[in-house]
Amino acid sequence: MIGLTHYLIVSAILFSIGLMGVLRRRNLLMLFFATEVMLNAVNVAFAAISHYYNDLTGQMFAFFVIAIAASEVAVGLGILIVLYKKHGSLDLDDLATMRG
Amino acid sequence: MTSLASGMVLISGFFFILGADFLGVVQLIVYVGAVMALYSFAMMFFDATRDIKEKNTPAPLIFLLGGLSALVLVLMFAGPIHFEAVQALYPMHEGVGNAQDVGIVLFTKYLVPFEVAAVMLLVAMIAGIILAGKKMDQSLTEDQSADDEILQQKDAK
Repeated sequence: MIGLTHYLIVSAILFSIGLMGVLRRRNLLMLFFATEVMLNAVNVAFAAISHYYNDLTGQMFAFFVIAIAASEVAVGLGILIVLYKKHGSLDLDDLATMRG
Repeated sequence: MTSLASGMVLISGFFFILGADFLGVVQLIVYVGAVMALYSFAMMFFDATRDIKEKNTPAPLIFLLGGLSALVLVLMFAGPIHFEAVQALYPMHEGVGNAQDVGIVLFTKYLVPFEVAAVMLLVAMIAGIILAGKKMDQSLTEDQSADDEILQQKDAK
């Protein structure tokens, strides 16, 4: 029988994959993909908890997370276009202009 | 790209299994329909297959941090599960569809966040149009010399 723990572990694994993508990737577009994976992992956790506690609040939060993700994609792709016009590439190493 | 889109479809399958039908449909429409279309256009726009060369330097610190954070996440999620004193704030009703339930709660208890989310989406749309729409008359990915060559060839003819 699949319980709440299984869903949460799947969600945690998915979130870790997204986190590794955010940390490891050098292409900005791929970084956005990794963010989407993380947001979806959180949504799976919300839906699972909502199902097993018989509560609708988790699904509400998942809806708002989806709305945030959609607007993030719209603004993020606009910023990506501006960056590409400015620098000519999407490589994070090329975009690092501040040397610490 | 394809794997991300299929992953979104499979995650919506999770939602259908979990009884969140409306969330699954929204996931299919928003992610697979809108976000993936936007991303695929962006990948065509930027020619992302060209700069996909990643430096695969071994970074044990990053692996360590990723593993540690995964462990912390699993502990955080698995810790309070046996805590049985959780009361359902907005319980689901038997015999009523998921969409009706979601609609009633969304338009009564969560009306203000819903409107704020609508305004935020509008702001995001305006920001996207303004950010991407500036100087769209000049070519972005093709360099200007190629266009000049074509123009010169036309002039020569």
